Formats: sequence, C-alpha cells, structure tokens
Amino acid sequence: MAGVRVAGVGLTQFGRHPERTGRDLFAEAALAAREESGVPSDDIEELNFGNYMGVLAERQGHMAPLMAEAAGLDCPATRYEDACASAGMAVREAVRTVRSGESDVVLAGGLERMTNLDTADVTEGLATAADELFEIRQGMTFPGAYALMARAYFERYGGSREDLAHIAVKNHDNAFENEYAQFHRKITVEEALDAPMVADPLGLMDACPVTDGASALVLVSDEYAAEHGLDAPVSVTGTGQGGDNLALQDRRDMASTPAAEKAADEAFADADISPGDVDAAEVHDCFTIAEVLAIESLGLYERGEGIGAARRGETTADGDVPVNLSGGLKAKGHPVGATGGSQVVEMTRLLRGDHPNSDAVPDADVGVTHNAGGTVASAVVHVLEVDR
Amino acid sequence: MSDEGFDEWLDAIGEGEAFYLECDEGHGSLPPRRICPHCGSFELSETPLPASGTVETFTTVYVGTPDFTDEEPYVTAIADFGPVRLTGVLRDVDPDDVEVGLTVEPDVGRNEATGDRLLVLRPR
Ligand SMILES: [Zn+2]
Repeated sequence: MAGVRVAGVGLTQFGRHPERTGRDLFAEAALAAREESGVPSDDIEELNFGNYMGVLAERQGHMAPLMAEAAGLDCPATRYEDACASAGMAVREAVRTVRSGESDVVLAGGLERMTNLDTADVTEGLATAADELFEIRQGMTFPGAYALMARAYFERYGGSREDLAHIAVKNHDNAFENEYAQFHRKITVEEALDAPMVADPLGLMDACPVTDGASALVLVSDEYAAEHGLDAPVSVTGTGQGGDNLALQDRRDMASTPAAEKAADEAFADADISPGDVDAAEVHDCFTIAEVLAIESLGLYERGEGIGAARRGETTADGDVPVNLSGGLKAKGHPVGATGGSQVVEMTRLLRGDHPNSDAVPDADVGVTHNAGGTVASAVVHVLEVDR
Repeated sequence: MSDEGFDEWLDAIGEGEAFYLECDEGHGSLPPRRICPHCGSFELSETPLPASGTVETFTTVYVGTPDFTDEEPYVTAIADFGPVRLTGVLRDVDPDDVEVGLTVEPDVGRNEATGDRLLVLRPR
C-alpha cells in the first residue's frame, strides 16, 4: 500500500465574497495548492471535489468538470456530497485512490458559495441535510437539530450554556491570527451568552457563520514525492468513515455521535495510533455542542467529560491537546462543501510549522481532523503525521 | 406533491389510528420502508402506536426555514413512544412551559405557509 503525502495546500480567504463565482473561488485555492506542490498539471490524474448546495446557490449541478477546467486541469473529475462532510469524503477517496496505486497524484478539495443567498434561503438549504419527511416538515433547522442534541446531552450528562460559550471564546481566540479566518475578533463569555437565541439552548455565538470559501490539497504517493524531490513532510496515515440513520429520531442515542466514533476507530487503527498520541485536533464545530460531541467521539474525552474541556483550559491553545487552533468552523468559517478539505489544509500547516498558531504545538507529531455531515449521519476522520 | 406510504401514515394518525412498523424481532420503524433498519427483516407489520409519548428533547426555534417564518418562535420536539420516536411541532403549549418528560400525543396539523400537512405533538 502506497503512503500518501500532502504536497501542497491552498485556501481562499474564508468570509463573505457574495460577488465571486464558485469557479473563481475554487480556482484560487486549487492554483495555490498546485503552486505550493510544484507538481505539473499533466501529472494530476484526478480531481475529487466536494460541494453541498451549488444547485441552490448558483443553479449549478455537474460542478466537478467545471472546477477541473477552472483549476487548469485536464483529468477526470467527480463531485462528492455528504453535506458538511463533502470535502472530507473527497480527501478520503483521494487517499484511497493513491494508496491503491490507481493514481500517483490527486487534487482534492471543495467549495461552497453561500452569502449570495439571503438568510432564509441559506437556512432552507442547510436544512435539507436533514430528513425531508420526518424532520424538515416539522420545522427542523440545522441549528435546531444541534439544539435538540445539546439538550439531550445536557439532560444526560449535565452542562450549561456557559460551558458552550467557552468553546466559542476559544475558537475566536484561535482565529485571531489566522489570515484565512472569517473572524478576527475576540469575544467574551458574556458576549456569547448575551447573543440572540437561534434555537434554544443555542444562541448566535454558538453557531458557525455563513461563509464562502474553497480548499484544495495536492496528494501524492510516497514514491512520487521521492522521485520528484518534493518537500512534503506531512503524510495522511489514517482514514476512516462512519454512518448513521439520517433522522435524529431514529438514532439509538442523541447525546453522542457513533458515526464519528466508528470513523475515528477506523482511522486510528489505520494509522496505528491511540487517542493518547494525538497532539492537536481540528474538529467539526458547526455549533459549540458539536465540538463536545467530536472530542468525545475521537476518544480524547469520555462521554459526558468533553463539555468542560474548553472551560478547564485543556483544549485551548496552551492546553494539553489544542482543539481547533485554526479557529474551527465557528470562527474560521464554514463554507460547507469546502470545510473538510480546509481542516486537512490547516492541520498540514500546523504540523509543518508554517501556521500562525504552529507555535502552540511546536513538537506535535500527530494531528487528527474530524468532519461531519448534517447531525453526524456521516463522518470522516483523518490522521496526519509529520516527519521530524 | 404526494408521498405514498408517508401520506397514508399521516392519514392514520389524523383518524386516531396511529401505527408504526414492527418487524418480527420487535423493532420499530416508520413508513415508507421495505426492510427493518435495525435487523434487516422483511417482515414488517402495521402495529398500533402507543397513545402517548414523552418529550425526550426539544428546541424553541427563533429562526426558522422560510416555510415556518410565520410560526416563530415554535417548538420542535422529539418524543419517545417506546418502539419509535416521533419528531413534531409542539402545539397548544407555551414554549416556556415545555419540559423534557412532558406527555404528548401525535396529531396531524397543517403548515399554513405551504399547505403541507405535518406531524404535530400536543400535551396529553
Ligand atoms: Zn428488526
């Protein structure tokens, strides 16, 4: 089985670009990744592209060939869609393709254009990740779904809105120095608690923003990297995926995310690591409660223990295992179909030492990324390791 | 738009004949469905739904989808009926009075904005 290395990464600025087309956003990220990798375009054998709601935002289906063209590629291109986990799945399939020997070089990433829609249309677009018959018709929104999980968690294990506020504060702190982040503004616990309620018990400061952006990575085999003398110190050493019932009502438990547990178990076994080996994590905090569920699913915390991690300073930049040093979805932003790719980009930068927050983890060997679709009916986890 | 299986299930709830699908292993699920999602059994039979359930979790939604703007704020709840859970809009109760454990019964309501029927939960 071929080893897989990250030869180059690219991101757009995450934020509001309502006037920019999806193809232009993706081209910017893809060309940045290509340039950093030094890999000639003829060597790129496939494009794995993640996107969620292009049909709604730009009336554009069949996006993958369009994105290949925009990125200057002449190769087969396929779109991956698993809601907010779309780009994570695109990366996973790229890893599997390179490992299998089918291709030596794959470009993977994703794009979402959202701020050209008004809030109501974005709310409706995001809601379609839920079950149309049994959830959406009963008024379930994306924040509403996580609010249902948050209350189920509080009922089972305890916890408070203040615990969640500390997660928002931490992620805003982390985004402050990140040049790609949507927010460069620190917040306080009081500010988070005073924000308008969106879906009780979650307020505006528990929620990720609406974001435009794109992510891209050039993934190559060990052999290709060696042959071409590439500077690619970070490898993807583990990948895993899990699934669950789409509707929350059909889950065995609404206060945990078994799909992510399965994905983590598979990825950790694949990389031959255990949760104790993890030095930093980028997790899918579309809402503050989602970070809690994520760090418990990754095995960094027992169930019921993750809620206080940020408040206790264990997952902050100076904590034992910093979580979301990029700012996470909460403060870096969440261009839905690009997010999973951006997590791998950010972890690569953190491990290489060229992320503005790399100094928080100077000796980190192992990073994990956790990307979830909808209410975690789909989940993908990657393990990244750096040559030291 | 009609959704065969789901529409008849709502009809039954509206007529006071609420049911769920029970497999030969006793697992519950909801229609339309060809196979038990828990064990893969093809033996699914319509079984009367317990008359009442209890709210397991709920949220008061202040920012709804466009179809629900007129109802804001509204409560979406998931209630445990034993073999299955149901997600519904909780009506006939002040959002401030909703608690986990509240006893509810299912009914069919209408979304005034779309004209679509929807599952409603009411205190019992
Ligand atoms: Zn069964």
